[in-house]
Amino acid sequence: MRNRCVSTVVWAQWYEYSGMSEEYRLKRESEFSWRIDPIGKMRVPGIIYADEDLIRGMDNKVFEQLANVASLPGIVQAAYAMPDAHWGYGFPIGGVAAFDADEGGVVSAGGVGFDISCGVRALRTGLTIDEIEPLKRQLADALFRQVPVGVGSTGRIHLNDKGMTAMLRGGARWAVEQGYGNAEDLQHIEEMGCMAGAVPEEVSARARKRQQDEMGTLGSGNHYLEVQRVAEIYDPRIATAFGLKENDAVVFIHCGSRGLGHQIGTEFLKYMVLAAPKHGIELPDRELACAPIKSELGEAYLGAMRAGINCALANRQIITHLTRQVFAEVLPQADLTLLFDVSHNTCKVERHLVEGRKRNLYVHRKGATRAFGPGHPDLPETLRAVGQPVLIGGSMGTESHILVGSEKGAELSFNSACHGAGRAMSRHQATKQWRGRALVDELAERGIIIRSPSMRGVAEEAPGAYKDVRAVVDAAEKAGLAKKVARMEPRVCIKG
Amino acid sequence: MGLRGFGATPAQAFEQAALALTATITDLELVAPHQSVEIECEGEDRELLLVDWLNALIYEMATRRMLFSRFEVDIAGSRLTGKAWGEAVDRKSHSPAVEVKGATYTALRVAQQENGDWLAQCVIDV
Repeated sequence: MRNRCVSTVVWAQWYEYSGMSEEYRLKRESEFSWRIDPIGKMRVPGIIYADEDLIRGMDNKVFEQLANVASLPGIVQAAYAMPDAHWGYGFPIGGVAAFDADEGGVVSAGGVGFDISCGVRALRTGLTIDEIEPLKRQLADALFRQVPVGVGSTGRIHLNDKGMTAMLRGGARWAVEQGYGNAEDLQHIEEMGCMAGAVPEEVSARARKRQQDEMGTLGSGNHYLEVQRVAEIYDPRIATAFGLKENDAVVFIHCGSRGLGHQIGTEFLKYMVLAAPKHGIELPDRELACAPIKSELGEAYLGAMRAGINCALANRQIITHLTRQVFAEVLPQADLTLLFDVSHNTCKVERHLVEGRKRNLYVHRKGATRAFGPGHPDLPETLRAVGQPVLIGGSMGTESHILVGSEKGAELSFNSACHGAGRAMSRHQATKQWRGRALVDELAERGIIIRSPSMRGVAEEAPGAYKDVRAVVDAAEKAGLAKKVARMEPRVCIKG
Repeated sequence: MGLRGFGATPAQAFEQAALALTATITDLELVAPHQSVEIECEGEDRELLLVDWLNALIYEMATRRMLFSRFEVDIAGSRLTGKAWGEAVDRKSHSPAVEVKGATYTALRVAQQENGDWLAQCVIDV
C-alpha cells in the first residue's frame, strides 16, 4: 500500500515570459488527490484529482493557474483541477472554483471562457449498431449534408433581433416552442433547458450579429457529432436506468454557444480587466479578469452569460432536431430520445455545504462537468434515484464515456467531474505528425467514418494528440468524483 | 494556440500577428486580397490594443465570412487604424481548419527586444 500524505513532488515552475521561477509543492493526499498548500497570495489550497501519470503529464502551467485562481477574492474551500486539466486561459481547463457573494466573491469571464456553455448531449437511438452498420455511409453523408459544420457554415435559421431576444431568454425551451424537438427533451437538460436569470439586453449588438446566421451550427475545432456503439457496460443497474445496453447505437453532440458566446466572453473580459483596479482587485493574470458578484458589472456579466448558456442549449436542441430528421430519412425505425445534456463552461449558483453551513455559491466550471449525485433535488425525477449522467467526449476515433455523479462529489469538488480527454499536444505539433487524409483512411479501415470540411482540421484533432481518455475517467472514478457506467466507440464522426 | 509577430515598429509587429492569425486557419497564400475592410480600435495600453486589433479581425471574419491575407496598421497613441484585405471564405479552396473564438490576455506581450525589433504576442482560443 502506498504511503498516504507523505510523498512530496516538487515541480519546478518556469515562467516562460517573465523569466521568473517559482516552485509549487504538490503534496500527495491520497492515491488520486494532490494538494498545493496556500503560499503567497493564495487564499485557499489547490486540489488536483489525478493519478501519478496524469500529474506527471500535466503542464506545469496548470499548477500556476490553479494557484492564481486560489488567490481570487471570495473563493471558498479550494481551487480544484479535474484529471483532464491542462493549461488554459486564466483558469486551467478542467478547473472548478466557487465564490461566495457575501464574502466579496467574484464572477470571472475568464473562469467561464469564450465558448460559454459548450457541452455534450447524448441521444439514444432505439437501434442497435447492427441495424445501423449497413446504412452507415449513407447516414454519415446525410448528417454531413444536414448539420452545418466547419468555418463559414451558416444555419437555416436566421434570427431577427426580436427572435434573438426570445431565444436568449428561453434556451432549449424556446427551440421546442419553435418546433425543434419535444417537451420531454427538456426534462433531460440541465436547468430543464432554460437558464433562469438571463438578461438578453446585456448581450451586445455585436454578439447578436455574430450569431444571427449561426443557430443550429456545430462549429469547428474539437466540436463534433458522432454515432457511437455502446461497447462496454461497467454498471448494469445504472446503465439500465439510463436506457443503455451493449451494442446500442447512441449519438453524441459536442458544441457550444457559437459566435454569440465568444463575443460575450471577449467583451466582458475587457470590461473586467479595465474595471479591476476600481473594484480593488489585483489580477495575478489579466485573463482571470473578474468583477465582484455584487457589482453592476458582475451582474451584467451574469445576465449576459446566462443568455449565452441559453444560446448553447437552443443550439444543441436545433442540432438534435436536424439529427432526428436525418435518422427519420435514413433509418425510419429510429426513435431518438434525449439521455442528457451537460454544459462545460459555466458559472452557476448552487447550494453547497461548506464548514457545516449550506451556502449559495457561484460555481465556475471551466472545462469541467457538473456531476450531481443520487438524490440531488435539482435532478429530474427520472434520474433522481441514480444520479446525473456525466458525458465525457473522447477524441475522434477513440472512445467516449458515460459516468454518473457520486454523493461524495459534493464534498470533493462541488459536484464536478472531468469533461474529456484533454489535449496532450498542440495543434501545430499534431499537423507535423499526422496528415488528415491518411487519418481518415486509417480510421475507415477500423470501420469509423469521418466527414469533415477540413483535412487539416482532422489532423489537428488526431486521436494521438489527446490524452488517454480512459486514464482520465478511471482517475475520476477512483478519486470518487463520478462512477463509470458505459464506454462508447465511434462509428461515424462529423467533425468541424 | 500562440501567435507571435515581429517588426521594426509595433504597427509592423501587429500586422505580422494578424498574418499569424490567418495562418492558424488556412494557408496564407490561398487567400486572395481582393476586398478590403477598414478597422479602428482603441486600447488603454499597447497590449490591450493588440487584443482589440485581433478581436476586431475575428469579428470581421465571423460576420463577413471572410479570410484576410494582407494587413496595414497605423498606431497613433492609443488609437489603431488598420486595413485588412481578403476574400469570402470558400470551404473548398481554403479548407479552413479552425474557427478562432477570441484573442486572450494569456502570454500577452508587446515589447521591444534587445535587437530593436518589436514583438507582439498572445494566445488565441480556437
